[in-house]
Formats: sequence, structure tokens, C-alpha cells
Amino acid sequence: MSHTRKSDLSIILRQSAPLITVIAIFLLFYIFYNSNHPRGFSTAVYIQNANEVFALVMVAMAQTVPVLMGGLDLSVGAVMTLVNTLASHLLNGSPLEIVFGFIVCLLTGALCGFVNGCVVVYGRIQPIIATLATGAIFMGLALFLRPTPGGDVDGDLAWVMTNDLYEIAATYGFFDNGEAAWFQPVAWLPVPALLLVVVALFVWMPFSRSVTGRTVYAIGSGESAAYMSGLPIDRAKIAAFTLGGFFAGVGGIYLTLQTSSGNADIPQAGAYTLNSIAAVVIGGTSLLGGVGTAIGSIFGALVLRTISFNFRIFDIDPLLQPLFEGVVLLGAVSIGALSVLRIKNTLELFR
Amino acid sequence: MTTTDTMPKAKSRLWTPENKPVVIASGCIVVILAIGTAYTLATQGTATLLSPGYMLQQLQVGSFLGIVAAGMMLVILLGHIDLSVPWTVAASAMMATAFGGAAALPVGLSVGLAVGLVNGLGVAYLRIPSMIFTLGVNAVMRGLMVAYTGGFAPQTAATPLMQYLAVGKILGIPVALFVWAAVSVLVVFILRKTPVGRYIFAIGNRESAAYLAGAPTRWVIVFAFGLCGMMAGLSGTLLAGYSTKAYQGMGDAYLLPAIAAVVIGGTHILGGRGRYLGTLVGVILIVLLNSVLSIMQMPEAGRQVIYGSVIILMLLFYDRGRQERQ
Amino acid sequence: MTPDGQTDRGLKTAPSAHMSLTGITKRYGGVTALENVNFSCDLGSIHAVLGENGAGKSTLIKIMSGVVTPDEGRMMLDGREVTFSGPSAANDAGIVCIFQELSLMPDLSVADNIMIADPPRRFGLIDKRAQKRRAEELLARIGCEDVNPLNRVRDLPLSRRQMVEIAKALAKDPTVLILDEATSALTSSDVDRVFEILRKLRDDGISILSISHRMHEIEAVADMCSVFRNGHNVETFRQGTRSAEEIVQMMIGREISAHFPPKPDKDLATQGAAPPVLQVRNFAWENVLQGIDLSVRKGEIVGLGGLDGQGQKELLLGLFGVLKSTSGTIEINGKPVSIRSPIDAKRAGVDIALVPEDRKTEGLMLPMSISDNLSIASLSRMSNGIMLDQNALESSVAEAVRRMQIKIGNKSDAVSTLSGGNQQKVVIAKWLMTDPKIILLNDPTRGIDVGTKQEIYLLLRELAKEGAAIVLYSTDYEELIGCCDRVAVMYDGQIVRELAGSEITERNIISSALNIEEAAQ
Repeated sequence: MSHTRKSDLSIILRQSAPLITVIAIFLLFYIFYNSNHPRGFSTAVYIQNANEVFALVMVAMAQTVPVLMGGLDLSVGAVMTLVNTLASHLLNGSPLEIVFGFIVCLLTGALCGFVNGCVVVYGRIQPIIATLATGAIFMGLALFLRPTPGGDVDGDLAWVMTNDLYEIAATYGFFDNGEAAWFQPVAWLPVPALLLVVVALFVWMPFSRSVTGRTVYAIGSGESAAYMSGLPIDRAKIAAFTLGGFFAGVGGIYLTLQTSSGNADIPQAGAYTLNSIAAVVIGGTSLLGGVGTAIGSIFGALVLRTISFNFRIFDIDPLLQPLFEGVVLLGAVSIGALSVLRIKNTLELFR
Repeated sequence: MTTTDTMPKAKSRLWTPENKPVVIASGCIVVILAIGTAYTLATQGTATLLSPGYMLQQLQVGSFLGIVAAGMMLVILLGHIDLSVPWTVAASAMMATAFGGAAALPVGLSVGLAVGLVNGLGVAYLRIPSMIFTLGVNAVMRGLMVAYTGGFAPQTAATPLMQYLAVGKILGIPVALFVWAAVSVLVVFILRKTPVGRYIFAIGNRESAAYLAGAPTRWVIVFAFGLCGMMAGLSGTLLAGYSTKAYQGMGDAYLLPAIAAVVIGGTHILGGRGRYLGTLVGVILIVLLNSVLSIMQMPEAGRQVIYGSVIILMLLFYDRGRQERQ
Repeated sequence: MTPDGQTDRGLKTAPSAHMSLTGITKRYGGVTALENVNFSCDLGSIHAVLGENGAGKSTLIKIMSGVVTPDEGRMMLDGREVTFSGPSAANDAGIVCIFQELSLMPDLSVADNIMIADPPRRFGLIDKRAQKRRAEELLARIGCEDVNPLNRVRDLPLSRRQMVEIAKALAKDPTVLILDEATSALTSSDVDRVFEILRKLRDDGISILSISHRMHEIEAVADMCSVFRNGHNVETFRQGTRSAEEIVQMMIGREISAHFPPKPDKDLATQGAAPPVLQVRNFAWENVLQGIDLSVRKGEIVGLGGLDGQGQKELLLGLFGVLKSTSGTIEINGKPVSIRSPIDAKRAGVDIALVPEDRKTEGLMLPMSISDNLSIASLSRMSNGIMLDQNALESSVAEAVRRMQIKIGNKSDAVSTLSGGNQQKVVIAKWLMTDPKIILLNDPTRGIDVGTKQEIYLLLRELAKEGAAIVLYSTDYEELIGCCDRVAVMYDGQIVRELAGSEITERNIISSALNIEEAAQ
């Protein structure tokens, strides 16, 4: 029995090697960054960083779901932007109106994903090209909503959502305005970081362990085999895109709170889409589908962002930054590909 | 699919699965022209769209897209994609104007070729999915150009030859159209008449089978990416000639339309199936759609929506054909 | 069910039909796959279905398992009429099919795969621990305790995957279990194990429907047999009431004089005045191949035998340049050559051809035309360096179609429209167009109908007579015995014995394959 336990552990470790690697890389980069930051390892730095990563992390999670299925969603940036422009109209007024605004925004994100899913499933169009087209449509709608950047977002809300827990308590008068003794050990935690944990634990984890989530993995691993196994293929595909849209929508809402405005910025949407793919790959998810997790993508996005943090701290000529980002992206995918050199049977390359 | 039409009955059958995208896309072109003309007749009282002069001018602008799409098609037929087009176009334009003189055109082409070869080597030898590798190469090219230019449009100007190729005219026909035609002939020749063309289709259909048949698969992949990069380079050089200089982000507007043109033309996005005629029709469709929308003074928002809807609707039409074949 | 179930079954005049099909017709486009077929299988019996490829067996099981719906006819299960909207509906009714193409998801774990249809759940979420336990039980039931359910299927060898497939089917608690060539990838000891399981399941009251091309397997395990031909159920009979000859006759509907073409005078082959065309010395790769010495003479067919997975496939791939960092020497006509890719193998002076294991993924580009597939290996011969010579191409394609007697409508049709046997002929013909001197074949008759098999045997002998040196790996002993002049039996990456002439017997092959020391004689 102890023997099988041990081998179970070694199998699990081997299978999560990519995830462990990306977490280690992130920690390495982030600790390096903080050690060199004049105010390193402080709440202020954590909050600032958490704000800067959150939207990308969400978009990376959004990208992960279709990629696991062996597809690709080129509309994640556009969905995020659409929800961003929508939220810039809705997130103000009475608390009830704000709650209503949140719900509408989340539903809009999910609806965009649902539309993608329906086009892919019922239109039988390749995900890449389908989402390329729907992405243009979502971008167009975003431009209708915000022809020029701007917006009206509840100030208190924007403030507390982009700060630490203490500010929530202080602003809304919880826990003795955040001064309660028991509250202090957690008061420094950045709200976006907690939000991220909540989304990962209460949205991603249940999904990945549901039958639908399992089916998403099965489709990525072999769609005909999944069909032969009697799995609900169509439902899973639509659910995957819908979940992706939901994640992108969360990212869009957060972007609104972070910038207090909506901006139908086409290059920005494109950059988010491209970075989401990079984050997914760095996070250890196979672009062929079947292998990987959204947790890996979270860290993939963190790694990407941490690299630019390091740039800032070392005061590298901003003109060089795009070059370095490109080299890092290319380097990351190339290192991942070095295992190719170890393959001794050329036929295995084609699988 | 690549076999020549030796069967006499093939001519009588216009409505084959292979022809279908071409026929549908051509039909759409007619519809677009009809709507656009109806609009101009109603608002301006002229049929601007149908005048040969206007048409040629639109095709001249479209030839830059057409050249990019021709290269893109080769790569898509392999089952790959080239997302590095935007900055290959820009880098070629910038380098061509920077060198200037007689070297301008060769330098522009070489930059494109070099980027394409890097793409090809990464995809063929490191086996990195092309989508991600070319994305990385695009980021690197952007970084190189930003560092080189300081993030501004370079001050150097296009050479007279570049300008002639882009805006010059022979017998009233823009020279750019001749360049596009030459590129088209080259691509059709490669796809239909050479072993490389067969290998491209074979790799797109089943790379392992092509490899085991002794096809030089790596070489063919590098070749196709190299050619695609060179076409992007050519397009960039011409584009710089057209606008007399290079500028940041000048290639951004070419990636998605090029992919869309190839796919609207019936080339399978996963590779192995497609005809160049389709790509040609796809490019014309997109160019005309753009010009009709600009005549209508459609705001960017509406354009995006229409653009996306057209791609989806056309692919929905094609899908009927696919179901029949299965 | 009853203790004396065996004899009971033998005596019953009207056994209880568990599942029956009446008047089933299915057409694909203009082709009629099944025409007015009546078929039934009984509770607690193993029913073998035989027939050439294209006889309608696959369509039959696809209809029974809900993958396709029939155009006409009725299906009854336990006396009630049923229609299935899809495979999952059939599964719910207790009909489970193990398809020829593996239906496993290679990136998922063994446990995930086995329990995929109905994983144990807690609070709506999959209970991984319970799932693993259940998978372990099922694997133990079929004697595969050595497979850890946490492993990814991708990391298992082919024969283990097939066992996982069976465990997966059992997880659905079937009352009708359909096996489509389920044993073709298995080693013989695994086949025996599967048969044991099948008998046990039968005695538990499960109806089992098995499709196979291996006659001896049918003899070993079936209670009933049905022979299909051209979309008709020719005859259903109790196993043992018809001779093998009669069954073969029913399947192909024509006389088969001899199964294998005659071998040339064995002295010619063994005396070996001619120097070897292919001489392999001390060939090794990773820890899969060790110290392989093999020589093949002109006009000789050398078989590779042994249990599945002893390095035979790798040896062929290694000779063809597919494997990297091999060691040892390969000499062609006495000259050492370096073969680092199939391009090298194809080069003049080397002239090796390989008919690969899986024709669908390695042999053919299925959506491409017959003509494109035939010419792909010889394009460089038919071009002037840049352009293709269309005339040379057309005529050599036509010549290949004629020589191989490939039954095609139009050579610009997709190769996927051909039957399995004709597809395999295309793969072989494609290589003959390169005029190979050495032909390597990896199980070329796997999953192919009897008629085509025989044509392939004839062709191999003919090619050998014309001077080719042939290496044939086959999982079928009969084929090695019937076809080969010499047989090299492999065990654990080495050639343990070479048999020639009258030494090539089933007994010798099997004992060498198991690497058992020869008895006194």
C-alpha cells in the first residue's frame, strides 16, 4: 500500500511539473523585484501590483478554457473591452443600481461567451476564425457604447476595490472602521488578490471538477473519443466559451474600477488577447488542448506582468521594453519547446 | 484537389464543394456592389463604385492586402498561421526607407524573408505552435522597431522606385496591380505545378504521412513561411511607397483582413484544403466591403460589426457544403 | 445464468433473443451498407460477426450502439422496441461498444477515462478518490492491477490502453457488449485474458457481440456466428457447425485455392550464394533495440516475429531513418550508409520503402485524392527540379492503379472514399512507384479483408521474385509461416532466433517469442 501511495505521489508530481515550474518562476521574479524595490515587500507595492495584474489574470483564465478544448478565443480582449465600456455606464448611482450594474456586466460577459459557443457549436465554424469575427462585433458594440474614452464610476467603489481590505472596512464602516484587533492580520490583503482567490476557488475549481469541465478536457484530448464516450460535447463547448466570457467580463469590470472609465481601445484589446495566449502557454497549458489548468494561467499572467515590473524598477529605457517583452515571450515558448530535442522517435513530433 | 481538371465534366459542374466558396464570395461581391451603388445613386446620383477609375483605385489599395493574403494562404494551407505579419510589414517598410536608394527594395524583401525564415525555423525545428511562435516574433519585431525608431515615424522617405511600384501607372492601370498579379501567378505556379505545392497540401492534411513518404517536410515549412514573410515584406515596401514613408503600426490593419480573405475564399483554417482563386475573390470582397462602408461614412463601430458579421455569415453558408461532404 | 447454462444453451431451440434487429436498411449516399438485415443476439452468449471489410459489420454495430440511425427497420431490446438518439442513449439502455479506433482520451488519467460516462460525485462534483477506487476495482476485475489509475493514458503502451478500454466499457454495466476488433492490438497473453473475461461476462448473463478477422480467436471463444456479405446477413449458425473453409467461402463468396502463394525452392533462399542487399550489424536504439544483426538477400522475404512490442516496429522505423541516435551499422549492397530521415532512406543507392503501421495517420492523407496520395513519395522523380511532369505523373499513377488492381471510381476522388483494403493498396503502390530495392512492411494486413490480404501476399512474393528484399513484421503467425523464407523472432529488443525453411512452424515461433529454451530436440 505504501508503495502505491508513493508512486501515486510521484505521478501527481510529474503531472504537475509545469504548474510547479511556473509558480517557481513567478516567485523567483517577484522576490527579485521586491528585493530591488525601494519599498519592496510593502502593502503599497502589493496593492499596486495586484491592481496591475488582475485584468490580465482574468483574461488569461478566460483564454484557458477554450484552449483546454483545443480551440482559441481571439475575442477575450474584445469581450473585456465591451464589458469595460458597459460598466463605465452602469457602475454608479444607488447601491441597488450598482449591484444591478454588476449583474448586467457579468451577464453580458457570459452572454458574449455564449454567443461564441453557439457560433462554434451550431455554426460549426473553427473557434479561431469564429472568435476573430465575433471579436470584431464586440469591439464595434464597445465603440458604440464609448466612442471616446470616459465614464462615470462610483468613487467609493472604485477606491475600495482597488485597495486593501482595511479600506473597505474604513470606507463602509465595518469592523470599527477597520480598526478591530482581530481584523489587523488580514487588513493588509489587497482586494484584487482576494477576488482572484475567490474566482479561482468558487468558479474555476468547481467547474474543473464537474462533468462539464471534465468533458472540456476530454474534448481537447480527443473529440471523437469524447463523442464515442457519450459525453455532452455541445453543452461543454458552449459552457466553456460562456465561462471564458464570464472571466473576461470580470476582467472588464475590474478594468473599469481600476481606471474609473471605459475605453474602446482596439490595440489594447488586441494586446490583452495576445498576452492572454502567452500567459496560458507560460502557465503550462498545451495549445493542442487536454492538458493544463487555469491556475497555471494565473501564474503565467503573473510572470508576464512581473517581468515588466522588473523593467520599471531597473529603469531600463522604455523604448527597449517592448523588445525585451518580445524576447521573453519568444524565449519562454522556445524553452518549453526544448523537450523536442529529447524526442528520439521523429513520429512523436507529429502527435 | 490539386489535380488538374482533366475531367471534361468538371467544367460543367460549377457547384462543387471546391467551387462553392468562390461562387458564394463572388455573389457577395455583386451584392456589396449593388448595395453600394444603390446608396451612391440615392445620395449622390452617381454610380461611383462602378466607374473603372474608382474600381482600379480600390484594387490598387487592395493589392497590398492581396499580396499579404497570398503569402498567408501558403502558411494556412500548411495548417499553420503567421501572426507576425503586422510588424513584418512595418519593419520592411522602415528598413527599406532607411537604406533608400537602389538597396531599398531588396532590403525590404530581405527583411520580410528573414522574419519568415525565423518563423519557419521555429515552427519546423522547434515544433512550437505557429500561432504562438509568430506572435512572439511579432512582439520582437515591434520591440526592435520601437527601439530603432524611438517610437516615432522614421523621417526617411520612400525611393522613387517604391513609389512607382505603389502608385505608378502603366496604360492607366496601377503598377501595384501588376505586382499583385505577378505574386498571384507565382503562388498558383507553386501550388499547382511544383512538388513543393503538393507537399504543402500533404503536410496540411497529414504531416506524419507526408514525412513518412519522404517529403522534405521541414524544408517545405521553412519555405512557405519564408515566402509568406517575403510577401509581407514586399507589401510593406509598396505600402511605404504608397504613403511615401514608413510609420508605426502601418501593418496592423493587414493581419486580420488577410486571414479573413483566405478563409472567406474557402481555404480550410486547419490546412490542407483551398484554392488561390478563392483567396483572390476573398481579398476583393474585403476591399470592396471596406470602400462601400467608407462611402457610406459608416463609423468605425458599425464597420467592426458589419465586418465580423459578414465573416460569420459567409462561413455559415460554406458549412452547408461541409455537412454534405461528411 | 443457471449452473448448467452451457448445455442448456446447446439444447434450446428458440433461445431468448436479447436484442434483435428486423429489416434494417442503411444507406450512405448511393451506397447501401445494410439491406433488409435480420439479426439477433441471445442473452448470455458470445456472438461472432464475420465478413470482409465493407460487408456491413461496422454499420451494424454503429446502428446497435446508437452512432447512426437506420433508414428502415426495427430494433428490439428485451422485447421492447428501441431507438437511440446517440451513443449515450444506447449506453443508458445497456449497450456498450468498444470500437476499433480507441475511444480513450490520452491526456486524461486512466481513472478519468474509465469512469468518464458516469463518475462518482459528491455535492455535484467529481469525487476523485472514489473514482480512483472504482477504477482500481474494474482494472482488477480484468487482471490489470499493474496499471495505476492516476497515470495518463498517453503514458501507457497500446496493449494496456486496450485493457483500459475494456474496463471503461465494464464501468457502464453493459447488458450488451460489442467488441469491434478489440483484440487486434493485444499480445496473445492479453488476448487469452480478454477471452477469459468475455466468458465470465457471458456467464454473468451479458450478450457479447464480437467482430474479428482472426478465425482461431472466433473458434476459441464464440458460441454463435453470423457471416455478413455485401450488406446482408448470409447465415447465422452455431459455432462449430461449419468448417473454416465453409465460413471463408460464405464471407468472400468465391473459391480460395490456397491461402498463400508457394515459396520458392528453399535451397535458393538458404544457400545464399548472393550477398545480402541489406546487412544490419549491432543495431541499437535507446533501451528498446539491442545488438540487432540482420541480413536480407535479394528475392527474400524475411519475417519479424515475436510478441507485440518487442522492438519490431522500432527496428523498421530505425532502418527507415525515423529514430534519432541509433547506433550500429547498416550496409546496403556491402556499402555502409547513413540513414537519418525517410528522405535518406528513399535516396538512390539506399532505396528503402516503409509501409507504416497506421495507414490512416501515417500512410495516407485521407482527404486528398488517390492520385495525390499515390504520387507523394515519387514527386521528386517526376519533376525537372522545379516543375512537375504532369504526363509522367498521370501515367505512373495509372500504372500503379492497374498493377495493384486498386478498385477506384476516379483517381481524383479522395482516398478516404476507398475501402480499408484498397487504401492499404494505395499505401503499398505509392512506394512501388519509387522502385524500392528493400521493402519494410509493418503489419500490412491488419484489419483488412481476406481477399485483399491474399492479393498482398501474392504481390509480396512477386516483388521478391523481381529482386526486392522484403522485411515483413506481422502479428499473425499464419502470415509469417505462409509468407516468409526466414523469420527473425524478437524478444525484448533483440533477435533471439532465426528460423528458416521447415523450421518456420507455429511451435517454434511461439516458443522463441516467449524466449523459452528449446526442449531436447
